Amino acid sequence: MKNKKIKTHEPLFHISKRTDISRSKAIIIRVISLLAALVVCGIVTKIFTGDDPISIFKTIYLGAFGTGRTLVTIHEIAILLCVSLAVTPAFKMRFWNTGAEGQVLISCLSTAMCMFYLGGKVSDGVLILLMAVFAIAAGIIWAVIPAFFKAHWGTNETLFTLMMNYVAIQLIEFFLKIADKSGSNVVGPDLLTHGWFPKLFGTNYLLNIFIVAVITVLLYIYLNYSKHGYEISVVGESENTAKYIGINVKKVIIRTMALSGAICGVAGLLLVGGASHSIDSNLADGRGFTAIMVSWLAKFNPSTMILTSLLIVFLERGADEVSSKFGLNADFADILTGIILFFIIGCEFFINYKININHRKTNIKEEK
Amino acid sequence: MDALAQFISRAILQGTPLLYGATGEIITEKSGNLNLGIPGIMYIGAISGVIGGFFYQNESQSVSPLLAVIIPLLCCLFGSLLTSLLYCFLTVTLKANQNVTGLAITTFGVGFGNFFGGSLIKILKSDVPYLSLVKIAKAYKTTVFPFSDDMGSFGKMIFSHGFMVYLAIIIAVVAGIFLKRTRPGLHLRSVGENPATADAAGINVTLYKYLATSIGGMIAGLGGLFYIMDYSNGIWSNNGFGDRGWLAIAIVIFSIWKPSMSILSSYLFGALYILFNYINVPMTYIPLIQMLPYAVTIIVLIATSVRKKRENQPPHALGVTYFREER
Repeated sequence: MKNKKIKTHEPLFHISKRTDISRSKAIIIRVISLLAALVVCGIVTKIFTGDDPISIFKTIYLGAFGTGRTLVTIHEIAILLCVSLAVTPAFKMRFWNTGAEGQVLISCLSTAMCMFYLGGKVSDGVLILLMAVFAIAAGIIWAVIPAFFKAHWGTNETLFTLMMNYVAIQLIEFFLKIADKSGSNVVGPDLLTHGWFPKLFGTNYLLNIFIVAVITVLLYIYLNYSKHGYEISVVGESENTAKYIGINVKKVIIRTMALSGAICGVAGLLLVGGASHSIDSNLADGRGFTAIMVSWLAKFNPSTMILTSLLIVFLERGADEVSSKFGLNADFADILTGIILFFIIGCEFFINYKININHRKTNIKEEK
Repeated sequence: MDALAQFISRAILQGTPLLYGATGEIITEKSGNLNLGIPGIMYIGAISGVIGGFFYQNESQSVSPLLAVIIPLLCCLFGSLLTSLLYCFLTVTLKANQNVTGLAITTFGVGFGNFFGGSLIKILKSDVPYLSLVKIAKAYKTTVFPFSDDMGSFGKMIFSHGFMVYLAIIIAVVAGIFLKRTRPGLHLRSVGENPATADAAGINVTLYKYLATSIGGMIAGLGGLFYIMDYSNGIWSNNGFGDRGWLAIAIVIFSIWKPSMSILSSYLFGALYILFNYINVPMTYIPLIQMLPYAVTIIVLIATSVRKKRENQPPHALGVTYFREER
């Protein structure tokens, strides 16, 4: 607590929790912080490129939604959204799953292994079905292992799932070495020739986007209108309350993580079968970590997550364009994303807490 | 025999950045802050040092070894301090979620490092072809023990490194003594175990959290600096630091939150990291060897939680934001 000592030993202000903030007020606070973040981003970009701010934002917009880019951008949003949806049930339960990256990767691996070993031996329809089964199973296994230990012995899940990511990465490297004797670090479409997802209406990615849309709706219903969803919220709010009203906490933890893993499995399946048709250890591209922030920013609400993942993807692709236009490093996008995240993370304070000024001196104004 | 000495020597070099990161993270975690931003802070520490060194090397005609060491060192400390303060401000003062903030710091930090590493020359319109601080690196790599040459291969293996290798050990030992044997160390641990009780006992929880996280962050930042100035001879390469930041967090678990243990475990992990260069295995199996540090960490994590030995547990309030009025 910020206790500035004044002579009377009365703190200048004290902080209290508030639960009654209106929806519109919360949105206004978020929008203001987002605008502030964009201003800072504009200034930073100006410093490094020397371009004028309007033109910078135009470049960012064209980078995301310029000609021929919109579909790819929407697909990127869909994949990020899918991973964000995956981590959400666990987070609502306050299970800090930092292993979505690994769960997606291991599903990518099992999808690719199906394509590699079974491609051409069974019909494409059966193959895609097998890919789906194996991808989802792999995701579930990778998620349930930490959940099992968390449920029974309270093993720290944040650290456990984090370590599982690197096990998954090395397993992929292992597969790459076996599958491609030439020693390159990617197994591409030339080796994974079967099991590609069909084009919907002759357009790439459309099937992926459709699947993610369906998952979004289903998860929204599951979290808000089902008994399971209710149990998840109760365990998240207070484990003791959950025990008291007769919820089997261990079962809920394992079941919810299995669901998380399964959705990660779908994300892995879509990435390999429906988009890249290749595999390397960087395929998840940090989405497992970005998803945590996307889900948290949306307050674990699947419909808001569409907006937050749009924001992140928009920025990443936009900043990519800025950096390529000015010959800067592509990592510029991460700096901008970081700045925006800091602002949004910080603004949550003003939504969840109230600063009460102690009215002893009149000349003190509320500082926000 | 020489091969073995060389292997150990390389393992020590490889383990030193991990040791800085792990010591820093242990101090941080003892205050109850699970700083997942450590990988980012190590990048920022590294690039801040590089930027400082770059200016010094380009501006001055003759490079004096003392200044060449001190300027990047101070820049590195400053950069990682600022980042740690940002983390503290968000998680302690604004009570934001630690995991989300940490990951955001890592995203930002890695991006920051790679961006300046890749674009610094372009931004400054400098006429040097690539980012290389060979002169500064030479100062960092100077042997502190002049007698090491006369001690044969084993003496060389231990005593021939630059000063930062030994600094890492000293910091880890001091941190261990501080946490275990001093009153502020006891206070710090109590903040990490149960901040409400510590608060009731009159310990300034906010101050301890800020101090521990900032000092921890600065120590971790030195790991990044060591990697660039000593291990890579002053040459920056994007993403060269790799996943060592996460490995440092793994070491914290592996050494069950004890700085003295982290010295040996860092070198062990360093050895595992480069083991494949020295043993005769087919290329195919190298990833499985590189998986070992993580797999071993998972086993330690499970074992400590199953055995429930009280002194081997993570700080009880690790990752939990403290708000005084919340009961």
